[in-house]
Amino acid sequence: MSLQLSSPESPTVPPAKSRTAPRFSSGPHRGVTHKRKSILLTIVMGLMAVYALLPLFWLFVNSTKTQPALFSSFGLWFSGDFALWDNISQTLTYNDGEFVRWLVNTVLYVVVGAGGATFLATLAGYGLAKFDFPGKRAVFAVVLGAVAIPGTALAVPTFLMFSELGLTNTPWSVIIPSLISPFGLYLVWIYALESVPTEVLEAARMDGAGEFRTFFTISLRMLAPGFVTVLLFTVVATWNNYFLPLIMLSESTWYPLTVGLNNWNAQATTAGGDAIYNLVITGSLLTIVPIIVAFLFLQRYWQSGLAAGSVK
Amino acid sequence: MTTTSSATVATRSLRPRRRSGRWMGWAFVGPFMLVFALVFLAPVLYAVYLSLFQNQMVGGNKFVGGANYVQALTDPQFWDAVRRVGLFLVVQVPIMLVVALAAALAIDSSRLRFSSFFRISIFLPYAVPAVVATLMWGFIYGPRFGLVGNINEFFGWAIPDPLSSSWILVAIGNITTWEFTGYNMLIFYAALKTIPSDLYEAASLDGAGALSVIRNIKIPSIRGAIGIATIFSVIGSFQLFNEPNILKSLAPNSISSYFTPNMYAYNLSFAGQQFNYAAAIAMIMGLLTMIVAYIVQLSGSRKDA
Repeated sequence: MSLQLSSPESPTVPPAKSRTAPRFSSGPHRGVTHKRKSILLTIVMGLMAVYALLPLFWLFVNSTKTQPALFSSFGLWFSGDFALWDNISQTLTYNDGEFVRWLVNTVLYVVVGAGGATFLATLAGYGLAKFDFPGKRAVFAVVLGAVAIPGTALAVPTFLMFSELGLTNTPWSVIIPSLISPFGLYLVWIYALESVPTEVLEAARMDGAGEFRTFFTISLRMLAPGFVTVLLFTVVATWNNYFLPLIMLSESTWYPLTVGLNNWNAQATTAGGDAIYNLVITGSLLTIVPIIVAFLFLQRYWQSGLAAGSVK
Repeated sequence: MTTTSSATVATRSLRPRRRSGRWMGWAFVGPFMLVFALVFLAPVLYAVYLSLFQNQMVGGNKFVGGANYVQALTDPQFWDAVRRVGLFLVVQVPIMLVVALAAALAIDSSRLRFSSFFRISIFLPYAVPAVVATLMWGFIYGPRFGLVGNINEFFGWAIPDPLSSSWILVAIGNITTWEFTGYNMLIFYAALKTIPSDLYEAASLDGAGALSVIRNIKIPSIRGAIGIATIFSVIGSFQLFNEPNILKSLAPNSISSYFTPNMYAYNLSFAGQQFNYAAAIAMIMGLLTMIVAYIVQLSGSRKDA
């Protein structure tokens, strides 16, 4: 299985300066950098933004309502007492504070899993970009072929394998599979090809620096936008992971937020279960706030990294 | 080999060169490949192995060759699930990709006000976990305190229940479209940003209009990115699991245990303990995905010629 990717040996990436250069600025017929804005286009895109943001607005509005108000009021506007703070404190303390426990687990999975995945992908992507070694083509073929294998097809055999190894129902069963990001590897690989000049590495080598020292002191800095992009995508993937922890973990002690939240939701439909829709909604809000903050905070870095890495 | 003089190194500055031997690259790639072997290669081999056995009530595991595969290929529930994701794929993926492409072109066009606001807000749903996205939309769909119920009550309309069995696939399609349009848009947009600006200058010298630039320069230049997005979306559709599995608690009558092939394999394993049969189904789906992805790729490259 070969995906339609051009071999990274021949990057078609234009020099970095052309990405930031304003277009049309030197075209003789269009001497201005600002083209006329289209109102129609802006309105159409505005509708798309409404579609994208409306459910998030819905979530915020409804996390300010008490459970009775949820059922009796219009979904898209505030109603009744402003219960957001009360909902948050209930969410955090419900059932001996299991939400906090899940939050801590999620942070653990993200720090070790996504951090480790980014580190491994950066190391390997750099190795593929800057070294020739026996078996390099095989690595390329195997890793890209693996992208085409449905991840969930691997889930059952992975579960059984981990079960034999005694790893199920431990944090390792969630962390170890999160450590591999083929997309991250590919992105760093492409990024390293163009952003780490071989001449710099040659100079370091002639100065007698070891390969790893060169990597950590010189190359890593040049790779920063690339691995911030990878970090962002692995953080999102780990924070949002649902299927893997669902099958691997049988006790709620090690649940991440996603599996825990769905359990809260499902308990409303079980016999004798406690319907806690207000907590499910507030918990959902608390789950997405950190990841959205990270997104907005890091956007400058990951957008430049993605632009370089997306050349196919 | 290891005594390459620095003079040779300097003359070969364009080639990656390693003083510490030709295996140095493995020191960097090795850790990744080690974990990769454990979480990708070993499970694939284990799945193949599992799929060739059957767990007998008496006598434990017994080698049965292709029996599980024969059973799957004649299993109406399995085919029902495959047909459902096939239909989903044919409808949802083109809609999502066309909208994503249009949005990327609009943001790239420099004719749009507030373009960075649109870029980030349309991408934002990608950051939302499938669980939260499905719960939100599930509640919005809901007749009790959902928006659909509110609207029907307020305007006296009768929007059909999105959670009913005839609309559930559309409801799921809307959730995945909401989640992934922005992601695909960003992939397209990033690719558009790398088109060398002299191409546009040449086009404007030729007096090409905006639509002709889109058709003759922009879309052909990002064909690779479109191909990748299509293949990833195809793979994603065949893997459909999270959304229907989470919606099941809100719409238990509309979503069966074999709604998608993945849900079928999951339920066979964890509710029915039929691990061997589930492994065979997973292998068939893996193979099917690869074949479809390959066909997509072929049809994409034929347009190149």
